[in-house]
Amino acid sequence: MAHAFLDNLPALQVVIPLLSAPLCLVLARWPRLVWTMCTLVTWTAFGIALALLQTVLAEGPVSYAMGGWAAPWGIEYRIDAVNAYVALIVTGIAAVVLPYAYRSVPLYIHGERVPLFYALLMLCFTGLLGMTVTGDAFNVFVFLEISSLSMYGLISQGRDRRSLTASFQYLVMGTIGGTFVLIGIGFLYVLTGTLNMADLAARLPDVTQVRTLHTAFAFIVVGIGLKLAMFPLHLWLPNAYAYAPSTATVFIASTATKVAVYILLRFVYTIMGPALFSEGIPYGQIAIVLAVMGLLTGSFVAIFQQNIKRMLAYSSIAQIGYILLGIGFASVLGLQAALLHLFNHALMKGALFMAVGCFVYRLGSMSIEDMAGVGRRMPWTFAAFVMGGLSLIGVPLTVGFVSKWYLVLAALQKGYWPLAVLILIGSLLAVVYIWRVVETAWFAKPSLRAAEVREAPLAMLIPTWILVLANIYFGVNTTMTVGVADLAARTLMESMR
Amino acid sequence: MTLVGAMQLAVVLPAAASLPIAVTGRSPNLREAVTLSTAVVVLLLVASAVPGVLAGERPEITLMEFVPGLSLMFRLEPLGMIFALVASFLWLVTSIYSIGYMRGHHEENQTRFYACFAVAIASALGVAFAGNMLTLFVAYEVLSISTYPLVTHSGTEEAKRAGRVYLGILLGTSIGFQLLAILWTWNLTGTLDFEAGGILAGHADGPAAALLLALYVFGIGKAAVMPFHRWLPAAMVAPTPVSALLHAVAVVKSGVFAILKVCVYLFGLDFLTSTGASDWLLYFAGATILLGSLVAMRKDNLKARLAYSTISQLSYIVAGALLASSLAATGAAMHIAMHAFGKITLFFCAGAIMVAAHKTEISEMDGLGRAMPFTFVAFFIGSLSIIGLPPTGGTWSKFYLALGSLESGQIWMLVVLMVSSMLNIAYLLPLPVRAFMAKPSTDLPDKITEAPLPCLIAIGVTSLGCLALFFYPDLLYQLASLVGAGAG
Amino acid sequence: MTVLHLYNYEIAIFLAMVGFYVVVSRGNLVKKVAGLSMFQTSVFILYISMGVVDGGTVPILVEGMTHYSNPVPHVLILTAIVVGVATTAVALSLIIRIKEAYGTVEEDEIHEQDKSF
Repeated sequence: MAHAFLDNLPALQVVIPLLSAPLCLVLARWPRLVWTMCTLVTWTAFGIALALLQTVLAEGPVSYAMGGWAAPWGIEYRIDAVNAYVALIVTGIAAVVLPYAYRSVPLYIHGERVPLFYALLMLCFTGLLGMTVTGDAFNVFVFLEISSLSMYGLISQGRDRRSLTASFQYLVMGTIGGTFVLIGIGFLYVLTGTLNMADLAARLPDVTQVRTLHTAFAFIVVGIGLKLAMFPLHLWLPNAYAYAPSTATVFIASTATKVAVYILLRFVYTIMGPALFSEGIPYGQIAIVLAVMGLLTGSFVAIFQQNIKRMLAYSSIAQIGYILLGIGFASVLGLQAALLHLFNHALMKGALFMAVGCFVYRLGSMSIEDMAGVGRRMPWTFAAFVMGGLSLIGVPLTVGFVSKWYLVLAALQKGYWPLAVLILIGSLLAVVYIWRVVETAWFAKPSLRAAEVREAPLAMLIPTWILVLANIYFGVNTTMTVGVADLAARTLMESMR
Repeated sequence: MTLVGAMQLAVVLPAAASLPIAVTGRSPNLREAVTLSTAVVVLLLVASAVPGVLAGERPEITLMEFVPGLSLMFRLEPLGMIFALVASFLWLVTSIYSIGYMRGHHEENQTRFYACFAVAIASALGVAFAGNMLTLFVAYEVLSISTYPLVTHSGTEEAKRAGRVYLGILLGTSIGFQLLAILWTWNLTGTLDFEAGGILAGHADGPAAALLLALYVFGIGKAAVMPFHRWLPAAMVAPTPVSALLHAVAVVKSGVFAILKVCVYLFGLDFLTSTGASDWLLYFAGATILLGSLVAMRKDNLKARLAYSTISQLSYIVAGALLASSLAATGAAMHIAMHAFGKITLFFCAGAIMVAAHKTEISEMDGLGRAMPFTFVAFFIGSLSIIGLPPTGGTWSKFYLALGSLESGQIWMLVVLMVSSMLNIAYLLPLPVRAFMAKPSTDLPDKITEAPLPCLIAIGVTSLGCLALFFYPDLLYQLASLVGAGAG
Repeated sequence: MTVLHLYNYEIAIFLAMVGFYVVVSRGNLVKKVAGLSMFQTSVFILYISMGVVDGGTVPILVEGMTHYSNPVPHVLILTAIVVGVATTAVALSLIIRIKEAYGTVEEDEIHEQDKSF
């Protein structure tokens, strides 16, 4: 029995969250039961992801034939160091978000509709995990749409009516992105007659229709670029993050873009890399240019935001720039930096958005002005925000420092001096926008709203602080993250040869 | 106890003490007992390591691996020993002083003050013991952040602005320049360890070395080399014990200490001399020495004047490092201690005047000496030490710095040092002289007495220290000459 | 010859561009959704037509037939059609909520209201 369980881990990683979504509706009469079940599901998924990562580290990639149909005909779930690592991020964040949701969600959604929210959240979780573990290109599209459709629903649940327009805007752009990916995958299929990723990677180098291949590449990169908010395809992101319910923001901000980055890595490096990069088109440089523009605009625009969630959203666009930068270096060190930042950014943005969610819970406002003096009323939340902010800036002993260390090193290794300087300038811009909030929340005279608030409920504070402490733990003890990221980066680069 | 254990404990203890300090906040006596007893233990721990270090032991311990091949580690060597001794001794003295000052001044949030103070000392000791540049950088940044709440202690608009300048410059230079320099070094050499004779020789040519050194010198903003000095006067809004210990000793000294470490143990004095990488930076140090003194003359606010004096004096040490001769390095290492004792005495006196007479401007202090003779005598002794006149410790460090300038053939540096000493006389000595000689201004309240007893004890200890260091500089000289010889 | 030979692609591209244009140019949210649907549908045609094998028959196992069209793209596109329907449904329900909240489904009027919001 236990054996059967262990053998089917890759499938269970997706199936358990998938089944929990309809169960949410079945159990809808007991919202607490729904919440308990979802929490247990995310914890189980986290456990499975840990087990998978251990297996991969010990024994190498795991392949699982869905329904017993062997690849390349059936759908294969294939887990190597890269996606085991991403699955760990996604499930880890989910496992912390769910306890947080208990108090946070009722602020946005009334009584009997709470279970529907959890159903959407679980579907989104399923979609993201599916994208992560699958080894089939078309399957990626299906799961992409599952996660996207549920995400539109999640975003539209905000209290502000602008959440509706934000959701609609994202729906239009997201659907175009998803369809682009579909077109790209179609071209790959036309070229090779297969949809299995490993099989695609093996066959593509022999393809003679290089132009079709480049077209497919363009469609896929633009499509995924929309999903991961690559500059200049980021327009949907600020409103979506700002007006979604806190729980949804935390979850989406820390996981959705990360999985999109993973898909980009998978398509660019594992599947198309060997066939494409022999052509001599400077894709790396293009990525670097876009990354730098995203990094700078994101950081600058963040400085002038009045809405704190929008500020963090623009900061996310900048951070995605860092990740793309690492990818653009196309070196083991660069990829390692990108993968590290994938993990680290999930931790820091998760912590920051959670802290902001706590402020919003008590204040009922997202404007930085209204936060005046709130730091003294809610010291623990404030401290969490400061720690998350320091991590975002990249102060030593936090995860942000580890990312920055590797990213700058990768730039220096390539001899890209100005980029190394730019990365550090980005850090300094983060000081500016984080400290603006810190000063307002601590020094300013309490606003009328702020004078009456109390510390956030423990059920929200504890998950927030778990992420804050994770920011410090993984900033001090880097053995796990650096090791896995290194292995994952090597795995990706190996397929290029 | 082993040296390694003593070293670790000395860093961990103050950091850990911040917790009981925070918990016992309700009862000030208990809280201050915790602070004082921790300070005593830390001092004993640090002092216990001295014989070993003099005997040539270099205990080291790896705390954890940060990235493959690069760890956070402590390693005790003579220069770190000097800094740790000074910092831990003066922490004890400052703690005594704070009790009198904070209570006498009715400051709020004293618990936060003591807790942050303990963390700051822990990170200063972390800087002192750092075994490689990464560890030093980590401790350096923790120090910047843990002192931010101290600088902005009063929570006023002015404090907020000062905090902005403080953190902006310190974080800005350290992330923008220093981190870049560290990563560059790591990229070039594959190591960041402090090693006798340096690690960079053979890895970088002249211009690159000069640029790298500039990144370090300006990246270490705590050394306050112009034009990155503005944070120090800004930080003077903090309560006086903070200005005294942190902004005359722990924070600024960790800056110049880091520069010394970089010059001696990363570049190596021979490498610096052969490439001439430090020559042009020497002009910045020289300019800072003179400009700092000149600005100090024009400041009427006592703490501001002392702050600019500190900026000037710090560059003595920076210059000593950049002169790249063993005598100058010896002088620089000694000046860390000498200036610490002199300047902390002056700040203590400034604080005492503020508590007892509520005066901050120098022009209002005429005739105060008759009411507070003890304070002003101490101020006089401290001034002598800063100027570098016998019978105070400052004489020795200036002596070696001057010898060092001659040794490296930079005669103009000697001139700068002498001119600066003149300026020091001009901006420091008038204060005690006028306090005793000049007629009291009419609006002086009648009943001015000396500051509270704890303040006086602290002032007495540090001013005696200035004198003692003149007569018994042997220990300090032994440690410093080990640094000068590059015998890390 | 080649131009005509690839007419299925041309139709797909034409439909996609029309759909795309509608999404970009129309301010009415319902019309945007219609354009979006059209855009998606063009991809369905792309997929379905790529399964054609010259001279092949319907892929049903029948005695005497050896030459079949490729059924895989058809199966794939079934999934994509479901996705398309779901997207349209979500979009339309969002529009209903927007109409409730703003009293209009015209983009410019919504922006107008949010400015003063």
